[in-house]
Amino acid sequence: MNIEAIVFYLFSAITIIAAIGVITVKNSVQAVLCLVLTFFSASALWLLLEAEFLAITLVLVYVGAVMVLFLFVVMMLDVDFAALKQGFAKQLPLGLLVGFALFGAVYWVIRSQVFGTDKIPEPAKHEQGYSNVEELGRLLYGEYFYPFEIAGVILLVAIIAAISLTFRGRRERKGQSVREQHRVTKEERLKIVSMDSEEQYADMEITDTKQDEETTL
Amino acid sequence: MSTLLASLTAPTISHDFWPLLPELFLLTAASILLIVDVFSTDIDRKLSYNLAQLILISTGVIVLFQFPTSQDFLYHRHFINDPLSATIKVSVIVLASISLMFARPYILQRKILRGEYYLLHLFAVLGMMVLVSGASLLSLYLGLELMSLCLYALVAMRRREKLSAEAAVKYFVMGAIASGFILYGISFVYGVTGKIHLADIAAYLTENEASLTLRFALVFLVTGLAFKFGAVPFQMWVPDVYHGAPTSTTVFLASAPKVAAFGLAIRILVFGFAGILADWQSLLMILAVLSMLVGNLVALAQTNIKRLLAYSAIAHMGYFLLGLIAGNSEGYSASFFYILTYAITSLGGFGCLIYLAKGQQEINQIDDLKGLGMRNPWAGLLISFLFLSMAGLPPFVGFWAKLEVIKAVLNSGHIWLAIIAAAMSIIGLFYYLKVVKVIFFDKPEIENPIRAERSLRLGLGITGIAVAVLGLFPAQLMDLCQKVFQYI
Repeated sequence: MNIEAIVFYLFSAITIIAAIGVITVKNSVQAVLCLVLTFFSASALWLLLEAEFLAITLVLVYVGAVMVLFLFVVMMLDVDFAALKQGFAKQLPLGLLVGFALFGAVYWVIRSQVFGTDKIPEPAKHEQGYSNVEELGRLLYGEYFYPFEIAGVILLVAIIAAISLTFRGRRERKGQSVREQHRVTKEERLKIVSMDSEEQYADMEITDTKQDEETTL
Repeated sequence: MSTLLASLTAPTISHDFWPLLPELFLLTAASILLIVDVFSTDIDRKLSYNLAQLILISTGVIVLFQFPTSQDFLYHRHFINDPLSATIKVSVIVLASISLMFARPYILQRKILRGEYYLLHLFAVLGMMVLVSGASLLSLYLGLELMSLCLYALVAMRRREKLSAEAAVKYFVMGAIASGFILYGISFVYGVTGKIHLADIAAYLTENEASLTLRFALVFLVTGLAFKFGAVPFQMWVPDVYHGAPTSTTVFLASAPKVAAFGLAIRILVFGFAGILADWQSLLMILAVLSMLVGNLVALAQTNIKRLLAYSAIAHMGYFLLGLIAGNSEGYSASFFYILTYAITSLGGFGCLIYLAKGQQEINQIDDLKGLGMRNPWAGLLISFLFLSMAGLPPFVGFWAKLEVIKAVLNSGHIWLAIIAAAMSIIGLFYYLKVVKVIFFDKPEIENPIRAERSLRLGLGITGIAVAVLGLFPAQLMDLCQKVFQYI
């Protein structure tokens, strides 16, 4: 067993254990930290594949930025995860059944007899001086420029959608909104309550009501 | 460094952007509209609306102006320019434009009036255009995501309503699962073949025997597609989303994306996986039969008209899949005809709910349509045209669409499928005719006539008359649908 295989198995094991940890640990902060560990060991696996740039990006972007933000969100929001997990035991048998069935199916189609190294050629090793970044740049801005641009548009739409769904106007301003006033309907301003006529008063001021009736008639 | 520069300026990088002009124009114009909308002081957003319509129409004119007469793979074969993609683009633009007509008065009267509402329509149309001219799994997936992202936001636009928020979350989660399925399938395809272009995958399948792994990947792709179509057993989200979303969004959701999803299905199944036709045929058969059964039978029990239309949409997806199952260009063109006419009909069907909604009120129950024929005979007539067309009665266009798909499936030798389809459409007749009966033969609860905005009358008029005219003269549209499949 060469050193490469040892490193691969070590980091694969860490990835799998950490990934299981993400969905099993009770504390949500620990779950996020498990996810960080998963990304970290996955980036080590990418290094083995000679995808150095992607490995570094994974650490910098996901571990460094995205997951830290996520950690902030999880720590600041007081989500009652115990309540979310209610009914877990009830759904467990079905979940296990579906999970194992899917695992079995996926294993069956990618077992070594079907999808082994004899069927699929091993990726060629690159010679020394091969630049990952240059190759990626060439692909992204050359051959894949069209999908790359669309990915940019998707990010733009994500910004527009997120802002339009969360922006509620400036809150410190105390002015009138003419638009809201124009759009107001009768139902919003006037509340019609149906109630019985109050007999007690009617008895006491019987003369008054009679007079009223006469005038209305 | 100098070699790098030389390679960057090499002629392989330079491109003719002429075929990409509609997409480029739409993207640029939508970005300009984004800025215009920010600085606009118009509280009614009339300028944004007019500009959005203008942009859509101009894009449609550009597509028509450079209508392709051949099939070209461009931009490193990520983009396909053929009559099919151009036809779908034009129809999607027209459908989006009419659904904006329906949406405008609706969102004016409710608290969802924002310029982004129109913008997201434009970007969704852009996503559909990218989707239908995707020639690699990558560009197809990105187009699908661009479209779906806009639709999620449009469903969530009415964030104060509980029902709407619930619908948005359901739609988002289901859509994300569907995208995940498609992506998982794509990763398997790439793992086995090492190819990402549809033409390469098709070539691989003619040279090699499809392995078990590749067939497995196909199951994931078809499942993802079924999620997007809302075919049984992946239909759970359809009634809730159609019901919970603002009606103006439902109008859009039920029309244009269906046509785009047809483009996606054709690209993946026919352009990429024609080599294992028998495999996806049997998968689609299960989906089609279940959709027709569940859609029609559950629709019988509905009293809510939005849910009725949603279940009828599920049933229609079943009929539409019949054409794909036929597995030849006759079947594909029948399916295309079906989905185009269905999109027009459902646009009008949901649009009429906006037409009838008064002020802040919503039309939800079938009983709300009572006596419409007396209150407004024209609207009653047009709306019953739409429902009769959905039922598949001659002389409306729905009849020809059903006839074509059933003919296609008969010619390909699946007689039992044709029998099920015919039987189910007879069951379907019941609930469509029930609506027509309510419109014309029930006494109205409110007598006063309906006063609707001009754009609503125009939208309802276009869809209602289109259904009748296309039903009387279906030959031209059918010819077009057959012509676009000449390259298969």
